[in-house]
Amino acid sequence: MDFINAIVLLLNYLFVPALSYGSQLALGAIFVSLIYGILRFAYFTAGDLMSFGTMFTILFTWYFQSLGINLGFLPTALLAIPFGIIVTVLYVLIKDKLVFSYYRTKKSPPVMLAMVSIGTMFVTQAIVRIIIGPSDRRFFDGEKFILKANEFKEITGLNEGLTVKSTQVITLLVTIIVVSILFWFLNKTKTGKSMRAYSDNEDLALLSGIDPKKVVMITWVIAAILATIGGALYGLDKSFKPFTYFNNMLPIFAAAIVGGIGNPFGAFLGGYVIAFSEILITYAYRKFFVYILPESLEPDGLLQLLSTDYKFAVSFSILVIVLLFRPSGIFKGKIL
Amino acid sequence: MRKNLDVISAYTIMLALIILVGFLQSWSMALSILCLCLISAVMTMGANIQWGYAGLINFGIMGYTALGGLAAVLVSVPPVREAWQVGGFSMILSAFLIAFMVFGIRFIIKKYKKSPKANYGIAAVIIVGLILLRLISGPAIESIEAVNPATTGFLGGMGLPILFSWIVGAFFAGGLAYVIGKIALGLRADYLAIATLLISEIVIAVIKHEDWLSRGVKNVIGLKRPVPYEIDLQKKEWFINLVEKFNQGTLNLITNAAEKQQLLNQLVIESSTVFVKLCFAGLFTFVVIVLLIVTQKALYSPWGRMMRAIRDNEEAANAMGKNVVKQHLLIFVLGSAIVGIAGAMLVTYDGLFTPGSYRPMRYTFLIWVMVIVGGSGNNFGAILGGFAVWFLWIEAAPIALFLINFFTSGLEETNALRVHLINSIPYFRFLMMGVGLLLIMRYRPRGILPEKIKHI
Repeated sequence: MDFINAIVLLLNYLFVPALSYGSQLALGAIFVSLIYGILRFAYFTAGDLMSFGTMFTILFTWYFQSLGINLGFLPTALLAIPFGIIVTVLYVLIKDKLVFSYYRTKKSPPVMLAMVSIGTMFVTQAIVRIIIGPSDRRFFDGEKFILKANEFKEITGLNEGLTVKSTQVITLLVTIIVVSILFWFLNKTKTGKSMRAYSDNEDLALLSGIDPKKVVMITWVIAAILATIGGALYGLDKSFKPFTYFNNMLPIFAAAIVGGIGNPFGAFLGGYVIAFSEILITYAYRKFFVYILPESLEPDGLLQLLSTDYKFAVSFSILVIVLLFRPSGIFKGKIL
Repeated sequence: MRKNLDVISAYTIMLALIILVGFLQSWSMALSILCLCLISAVMTMGANIQWGYAGLINFGIMGYTALGGLAAVLVSVPPVREAWQVGGFSMILSAFLIAFMVFGIRFIIKKYKKSPKANYGIAAVIIVGLILLRLISGPAIESIEAVNPATTGFLGGMGLPILFSWIVGAFFAGGLAYVIGKIALGLRADYLAIATLLISEIVIAVIKHEDWLSRGVKNVIGLKRPVPYEIDLQKKEWFINLVEKFNQGTLNLITNAAEKQQLLNQLVIESSTVFVKLCFAGLFTFVVIVLLIVTQKALYSPWGRMMRAIRDNEEAANAMGKNVVKQHLLIFVLGSAIVGIAGAMLVTYDGLFTPGSYRPMRYTFLIWVMVIVGGSGNNFGAILGGFAVWFLWIEAAPIALFLINFFTSGLEETNALRVHLINSIPYFRFLMMGVGLLLIMRYRPRGILPEKIKHI
C-alpha cells in the first residue's frame, strides 16, 4: 500500500505537472526550431509572439463570454483560439513583409536577423502591454478539475490524493493532436517535404524548383499557430502575464537547443526533457522516502537536490552541459 | 576637424538635449540622466569591444552588471563579525572544496583524454563534491542567515571605500567571462548569444537566492558613497557661501532678511542634490574618458588591426598564424570586465543593491540597442548610442504623452480610447526602442556614427 501511495505522490506532484508544462514548452520549442531550421536565425520574439496570440485569445474569450457563448464544462478559450490564431498569423505575415523579407533577400548574416528579431520583440511587447496591460489575467472558465484529491482518496482508499486539472488534460490532448498533424504534414505532404528539403540544403531545394516564398510563408503560419496554441494553453493552465511569457523564451530556447535546434522532433522531446528535469531536481523527496523506506530509515531533511528558486537555473545548466558534450543536441540537429 | 564633424555635431546635439531637460524639467533630473547615460556608455563600450572589434555576441551583459554590483557590496559593506564567527570557517572550507573540485575535474580531463572513464570520473567528483558541499555549507548558511536577518543575515564585505569595487567588479566580471568563454566561445554566433543569455540568468538566480552572500531579494541598502551626502553639505559653511555667491543676483532682489534666509535655505537644499550629482557625473566622466583613450589606442594598435582581421575573416587570420581562440577569449574577458566596472558604478550611484531588479530587458537588450544604434566598432558611436538611447528611454513617457494628446485632440477627455492610451504611456518606450532599432537597422545598418577605418 505504501508503495502505491509513493507512486501516486510522484504522479501528483511530479509527473502530471511536468507533462503539461513540458507540452507547453514543446509547442514553443518546435516553432523556434522550425524558424531556426528554415529561416536560419534565432527568433528572440518567441515568448512575446506567444503572449501576442494569447492576448487575442483572451480578448475573443471575453467577447464570447459577453455574448453568452460558452462550451459548457470546457473553457471558452478553446473556441477563441482559432480566432486568436488568425490574428497572430496576420501579424506575423505583416511583420515578415515589412521587416524580415528585406534582410532575407539581401542575404544578411543570421546574427543580423537575430538582432532584427530583438527589435520586433520590443515592438510586440509594447503592443501587448498597450492593449491589455502588464497585469496578471485569468481567463479560465468551465470545469476546473477532472479528478479531485478527495474523490481519488475515496475511490481508492489511499492516503495520497491525485489531482488532475482539466487544463492539464486539455493541454496534453491538444498537444498530441497538434504535434501529430504537424509531423504528418512535415513528413507526408509535398509542402512539408519541400520545407524539410529547404531546411537541409537551400541551394539544392531552389534548384529543384521549390518556391522559397511559399516555404517561408508556411513556416511563419505554423509558427503563429503553435505560438498561439502553446501560449493559450500555458495561460489556461497558469495565468497570463506578459512578463512571464517573455521569460518563458529562455526555457523554450533551452528546449530547442537541447533537442537539437532545427530538428522539430528533437525540440518536441527537448521540451519534456527540460520540464521533467526542472521539476525532478527541485522536488523535495522527503515524503516519497517516508513511504517506501522502513520507519527506522526515515530521512529527516527535505531531500531536495536544489531549492525551487533554481528552477530556471536547472534547465539552463542542462543546456550548458549539452552544449559542452553534444553541441548538436541530444537528437542531432544542425551542426554548429 | 572636417572629418570629425559628424561626431562633434552628434555630441553637441546630445548635450544640448540634456541641457534642455535641465531648463524645462529640472537640473537634478538632467544630471541624473547624464549620470546614467555615462554608466550606459561604459556598458556599451564593453559590449562594443566584443561585438564591434571582434564580432562576438554577448547577451550576458546583465550577469556581468550584477556581478559588478555584487562587488560593490562585497567591497564596501563592513564585515558582519557575528556571521563570520558562526559560519565563516565552513564557508571558507566550502570555497576550498569547490576549488578542489575544479582542479580534480581538470586533472581527470587531462589524465584520461576522451575516454568514457573521464566522464564517469567527472560525474563522480561532481556528485560527491555536491553532497559534501551541502553537508558543510548547509548548517553554516542557516546560522549565517539567522544572524539578525532584518538588517544583516549575510557575511558582509570588507569595509573598504566603494571606489575599489570598480576594479574588483572588473575582476569578478572578467573571471566569469573567462569561464563562460572557455565553455561557449566555440559556438556559432547566435548560439553564443543564447548560451550567454541563459548563463547570465543562472548568475542572477545565484545572486538572488544565496542570501548569505548578497542578502538576495532582501536587498542591501545604504552603501557608502564616494561623494559627500546632501545632509552634510547643507551644514557646511563653504557650501552655503558658494550657493550664496552663485545666486547673488536673485538674493539681492529681496530686502526682507527673513525671506532672504528662507530662500537661501531652499536654494542650499536644491543645490546640494545638484552638487552631489555633479560629483558623480565628474567621477563617471573620468572613467569614460580613461576607457575611451585606452580603447581608442587599442583600436588603432596592431592588436586592434589583428582583431578586425579576425572579425572580418577568421580563417584568413588563422592562416596568417593568429591564435583566434585565444584572442577571442581575451577580448571576451576584457569587454566583460568593462561591463563589470559599469555594474559597480551603477550600484555606487544608486547606493543600493537590488538583485531583483536585474532583468534581461533592461540590462541586456537595451544595451544592445545602444550599441547597434550608436554604431558598432566605433567607440564614439557606442558612447553616443548609450547617451541617445538612455535619454529616449527616460524621456519616452513625456514624448508619448505629447504625441497621444496631439493625435487624440479631436476626442473628448473621457474618451475610453484616450484614457486607455494615457494609462499605458510607460509601455510606449518599448515601442519607441523597437521601432528605432528596426529603422536604424534598415536604413543605417552601421549605426549613427559608423566605424571608420583608415586604409593605409
